[in-house]
Amino acid sequence: MSTGVETSPGVARDAGPTAEEPVLEVRNLSVDYGFGDDPTHVLREVSLTLRRGEVLGLAGESGCGKSTLAYAATRLLPPPGLITGGEVWLTGRDGQRADLLALSDAELRAARWRDIAIVFQGAMSSLNPVFRVEKQLIDGILAHRPRMGRAEARERAAELLRLVGISADRLRAYPHQLSGGMRQRVMIAMALALEPQVLIMDEPTTALDVVMQRQILEQVMELRERLGFSVVLITHDVSLLVEVADRIAVMYAGEIVETAPARDVYQRPRHPYSAGLLGSFPPLHGPRRELAGIPGAPPDLSQREPGCPFAARCPHVMDVCRTELPVLGRTAAAESGRLVACHLHTSLPAGKKLPDLVAR
Amino acid sequence: MKNQLLFLRNGKVITGLVILGFFTLLALVGPWLSPYDPNQVSDALLSPPSATHWLGTDHTGRDILSQIIVGARGVLVVGLVAGVSATVVGVLVGVTAGFVGGIGDESLSALSNMFLVIPQLPLIILIAAQLPSAGGLTVALVIGATGWAWGARVLRAQTLSLRKRDFVEAARANGERTWRLVLAEVLPNLTAVIASGFVGTVTFAVLSQVTLSFIGITPVSDWNWGTILFWAQNNLALQRGAWWWFVPAGACIALLGMALTLVNFGIDEIVNPRLRSTGLHARSLRRRGIRPRVGFTPVVREVRS
Repeated sequence: MSTGVETSPGVARDAGPTAEEPVLEVRNLSVDYGFGDDPTHVLREVSLTLRRGEVLGLAGESGCGKSTLAYAATRLLPPPGLITGGEVWLTGRDGQRADLLALSDAELRAARWRDIAIVFQGAMSSLNPVFRVEKQLIDGILAHRPRMGRAEARERAAELLRLVGISADRLRAYPHQLSGGMRQRVMIAMALALEPQVLIMDEPTTALDVVMQRQILEQVMELRERLGFSVVLITHDVSLLVEVADRIAVMYAGEIVETAPARDVYQRPRHPYSAGLLGSFPPLHGPRRELAGIPGAPPDLSQREPGCPFAARCPHVMDVCRTELPVLGRTAAAESGRLVACHLHTSLPAGKKLPDLVAR
Repeated sequence: MKNQLLFLRNGKVITGLVILGFFTLLALVGPWLSPYDPNQVSDALLSPPSATHWLGTDHTGRDILSQIIVGARGVLVVGLVAGVSATVVGVLVGVTAGFVGGIGDESLSALSNMFLVIPQLPLIILIAAQLPSAGGLTVALVIGATGWAWGARVLRAQTLSLRKRDFVEAARANGERTWRLVLAEVLPNLTAVIASGFVGTVTFAVLSQVTLSFIGITPVSDWNWGTILFWAQNNLALQRGAWWWFVPAGACIALLGMALTLVNFGIDEIVNPRLRSTGLHARSLRRRGIRPRVGFTPVVREVRS
């Protein structure tokens, strides 16, 4: 573990619009599923940087490794998940840097919630039905701040509920007395209880209707501006991401294939997969168009073939795509703040033009 | 087929099965394998282990090794018969009670509750004492008849929770018949409980039978490990320092119990598909220093070839 601020080598620094210091840096993270001789390599050397105050969207189809990435980075992956390499550097408010994967159990336990908090996929059923909301909030706070008095913790719990737009008298409610949206907000309030620097939201609104989705996300974004935490938002709803995220990382088959500011991804996707993903959603503006979708299905991660994992579904596949794995690098036009893992941008045969789809 | 035999790769299961297999072999071919007739007296009275009598002899010069080998059959047959009969009754009563609900459930539950509160060993002694011949099979059936209630209780609870699951409700909505709901939807989910219940009952039956023989309820001429202990106890083997008389029989009982427990552990680790990867690779995980836990994903930086 190192102390003091270091200039981060290793990961290519992409200067985005908010070129702030990184708060969470995932470097070359590899994850296997299965303890046997033949595990499935789900993540292969994935790197990702979350800057302070930023909303980073993780997008991709089901089973492409979005949740695996988030849970592996926080060491929450259940068995038979296994982290086989990489580092996850978290920079504290005081500039202290720590590798989450190298922390002892006690240190990790202390860092969770205080530094990184998660709102889980099934947040609505994460509340214990036999305890009042109040008890569940206070328990968590007191576990991390043992010196805080009960009355003070209760005061904090009430404040948290107000923060997410629930009146403080609901503290005495049992979970079944709250609506789905309210329970979700309670979970978010709980996640924010210790003022974490990073809030990971794993499809936090999937089970809710669109009106409630919007309300809750708007609230989180507003809180982020007030409290200054960073958000990793995992969802397959790209149009939602385009709206709320600062930056989007598109994942495919356990790899990040493109990262760029949200607006750029939306307007000018540079990876055929990003383009296909965006083509699968109705556009927010402009004329109506046919929804394209992406033919085929994601590859079986337990039987990886050499080359680009998207090659079999890619409309612009070239020979090199089937033999060599593309690495995350600059685009053909060398745009700033944007990385893409596609041979079209690096190994385009001379005399051939970049396809319109990714060159707009 | 490969998948069906996966559980054989678990170290605990293998150890348990090997020991079980050894005793089963003894039970099958014991009478032909034993060096002497276990009832044959000789003039080597109470002699310690020697080349002629590997495990020594008792107070009338009978060969102890032969008694152990011949006695294995009695122990295993009783264990198996009692285990099977108790499990069958337990599954029938438990699953039926859990599935039908209402008055049927009430009466079946009452019945198993009754059997649960009756102290088992005294009841077995009472029943066995009333019967004209308390031979091996009788004892087995008596143990089976009194030992099913615990399994029934567990199965009922499990069935109750399974019955309301969506996949069962969906099959019901499809118009599946009740027997199919029970056999195809509910029972496969109970495999682990039934299997471990069975192994537990066999252990209980073996111990009960040994106890009964030891206190002399069953005919003392029927050889099993309990009978050996009965003779040893009655002839003050401990006071006379004749350790070879009771230690081998005791060790066999302990070994059989351990084998059954090991198999039971294995069943727990293998039947749940989610735990299977952990259960199957327990040894290599230990070697690699990986301790799978929820909430603390192991980090292993090892060079793979």
